[in-house]
Amino acid sequence: MRHIRKTFPGVVALDNVDLELQPGAVHILLGENGAGKSTLVKILSGAYRMTSGQIIINGRETAIHNPRHAQELGVGIIYQELNLVPQLTAAENIFLGRESTFKSGLLNQKTMDLKADLLLRELGVEIDIHCPISALGVAQQQMVEVAKALSWKARILIMDEPTSALTRPEIKVLFKTIRRLKKKGVAVIYISHRLEELLEIGDQVTVLRDGLNVGCHNIADVDQPQLIRLMVDRELHDQLPKVQAERGPEVLRVVGLCRRDALQDISFTLYGGEVLGIAGLMGSGRTELARALFGIDPIDSGQLFIRGAQTIIDSPRVAIRQGLGFLTEDRKSEGLVMGLTVKENICLASVERLSRLGLVDSQGERRAASGYVQDLRIRTTGLEQQVMFLSGGNQQKVVLSKWLCCRADILIFDEPTRGIDVGSKVEIYQLLNRLTAGGTAVLMISSELPEIIAMSDRILVMRHGRIAGEFTAAEATQELIMEYALGVHSAA
Amino acid sequence: MRLKAFTWEYGRQFGTLAGLVGLTLVLWALTPHFMTVSNLMNVVQQTSINAIIAVGMTLVIITAGIDLSVGSIVAFSGVVLASALQADIPLPLALAIGLAVGAFSGWMNGLLITYGRLPPFISTLGMMSVARGSALLYTGGRPISGFSADFRYLATGEILNIPLPVIIMVIVYLLGHIVLTRTKLGRYVYAIGGNEQAAVLSGVNVKFHKAAVYALSGLLSGLAAIILTARLNSAQPIAGIMYELDAIAATVIGGTSLMGGSGRIIGTLIGALIMGVLRNGLNLLGISSFIQQTVIGSVIILAVLMDMALKKQRT
Repeated sequence: MRHIRKTFPGVVALDNVDLELQPGAVHILLGENGAGKSTLVKILSGAYRMTSGQIIINGRETAIHNPRHAQELGVGIIYQELNLVPQLTAAENIFLGRESTFKSGLLNQKTMDLKADLLLRELGVEIDIHCPISALGVAQQQMVEVAKALSWKARILIMDEPTSALTRPEIKVLFKTIRRLKKKGVAVIYISHRLEELLEIGDQVTVLRDGLNVGCHNIADVDQPQLIRLMVDRELHDQLPKVQAERGPEVLRVVGLCRRDALQDISFTLYGGEVLGIAGLMGSGRTELARALFGIDPIDSGQLFIRGAQTIIDSPRVAIRQGLGFLTEDRKSEGLVMGLTVKENICLASVERLSRLGLVDSQGERRAASGYVQDLRIRTTGLEQQVMFLSGGNQQKVVLSKWLCCRADILIFDEPTRGIDVGSKVEIYQLLNRLTAGGTAVLMISSELPEIIAMSDRILVMRHGRIAGEFTAAEATQELIMEYALGVHSAA
Repeated sequence: MRLKAFTWEYGRQFGTLAGLVGLTLVLWALTPHFMTVSNLMNVVQQTSINAIIAVGMTLVIITAGIDLSVGSIVAFSGVVLASALQADIPLPLALAIGLAVGAFSGWMNGLLITYGRLPPFISTLGMMSVARGSALLYTGGRPISGFSADFRYLATGEILNIPLPVIIMVIVYLLGHIVLTRTKLGRYVYAIGGNEQAAVLSGVNVKFHKAAVYALSGLLSGLAAIILTARLNSAQPIAGIMYELDAIAATVIGGTSLMGGSGRIIGTLIGALIMGVLRNGLNLLGISSFIQQTVIGSVIILAVLMDMALKKQRT
């Protein structure tokens, strides 16, 4: 790709960007949110048309008209949100839209099954092709997507944040698959925010910043601090600036919490001014714990004390009244109403407080919202901007503002920095510090071990719905947490 | 961006308004009688019933729901109201009974949808038949006719030469606009339609507010029943057939998305007027009612097609 330029009304999303892919190499695309990575790959996959520039595939200049055309040219893309039909089987998904048929027009399922099985075997994964997609894990679904791309002989495979929903062992499997793809001569474009990963799997790296290409390097020649500097153009002296806050009184105590198979005998105490980290693999019960505490899923047994008083939380409404706030893992589907404005989202949980006799006090709303926009430095064109146009980091700040606006002081963060660029991450960490300094208690679920170790005061490790271990931040190491999460030490 | 959002929001309304103006001009050119004060007043008056029902429909559709039962609720509320009037119950009480029957039927819809977890389509489809059947049962299939002049005044009366139904309609639209833009209920309606899950997790009592919206739609059907009964001086158990089509049409022509989460009350008013002007114009042109149905259906499809094309252009 040469001199790629893409403009949207009022914005230049990409300007004069070059990208050169070699067969059998993994090319990393790195940049903050909004740097232009997605725009670039969307041009290559036919979702957007470039404003100017050239795309040359195998020495021939090509115009890519639409996604279908891109497929024909051998470009495959695997989005963060997978594009599979949950009710159909793996094989049916792989050949969706390109089913093989008999002369009569009836489907030739046997051939498709055989081919699908072969493709998946080539990738080195075992998946029952007759199993509906909804019964597979995220990692397996991803493999089905890869197989689907290979089924139409993709020579260029784009992976957008493929590991964001995967656990360590699953990532290992994915990397093994990527290495197999390399051997077959497939060129891979790999987008991710996890720097360690990039150094492990990448061959070259191109860094984008504000729609410009700010450097293309061989992975062997660069290290993490260098890449971060390129991305944000400023040295982050301390990536994870934890400030210790004074531990306040007990605000939340859980005793013997159980929910079906998901949670077994969970007990812990949370104090004001404290960050209690919750580590564990996907499916270990971390999110289930948060959902139970917030009254989304009912619990079977166990007691809950808030500020010393026993409480029953059976709906999010009750939880909010008790001062809880829940920043969910999935901002788009659970945290925000994308079509509403920044102001409306910030005030959504506080409308009761901000209205009189059923009439919303719009002055008060504006005052409250603009306070948080300034205080949290939410980058927006105004209170009336729809949140769908904000970057991930700023959307996360809007969700946080929503909880601060309704005066929550027990905050549950589920993967607070997922899919957020480095600069915004640091801002979120600084906000965490400010919150705990003010006496707020934070329960932080995270899959990023460096983050959880650096930002927590204490860490609980969950495994199979139980608490497998508890550590202070000082004694925790990535290895130790992983050992407990994997069950090397059987604690319970 | 702010300006852009502004022009977009209102641009969509201007588009609908331009459609209305264009249609008016065409009809003016084709039939001289169309552009007379008496005819125009007639159009607005005939539109008022559908327009009032369409306010409730707009709220329902913004929550990503649908209400197919409005026409049957008009009939059911109408016959109960009529029997109350003929039993010499005081007028205000009789009106309240008519409204309550509508609100109650709508509220049942709401309960079935929220606590019974039925899809709105099924719940209101069932209610469409239940309410119609109830109306027929209640009257033995016969219309109830002949009411006091006081009651009929609601349809025939005028204030400053403006027919009362039109005044009622204007008040309903003002209230509807305030509800949608200024009240908790309105805010929650947009939030529920835009992302129900996020609304639940923000502590919004989604079930209560959803049920309230359907109850409101039923209440407005009851109001429409009052005007209809007063105008015809008769309550018919088979009244209001296909009213749901007109109300849904006015709503979507007015730019409310069936996906939920967006829509304006003013758009619905323009949409209802387009429907009314079109009907009236086709009548004046002496076009058969068979063709009329076909034309109106086509206009609905066309309006939504244009709306989708505009939205696509925007992204």
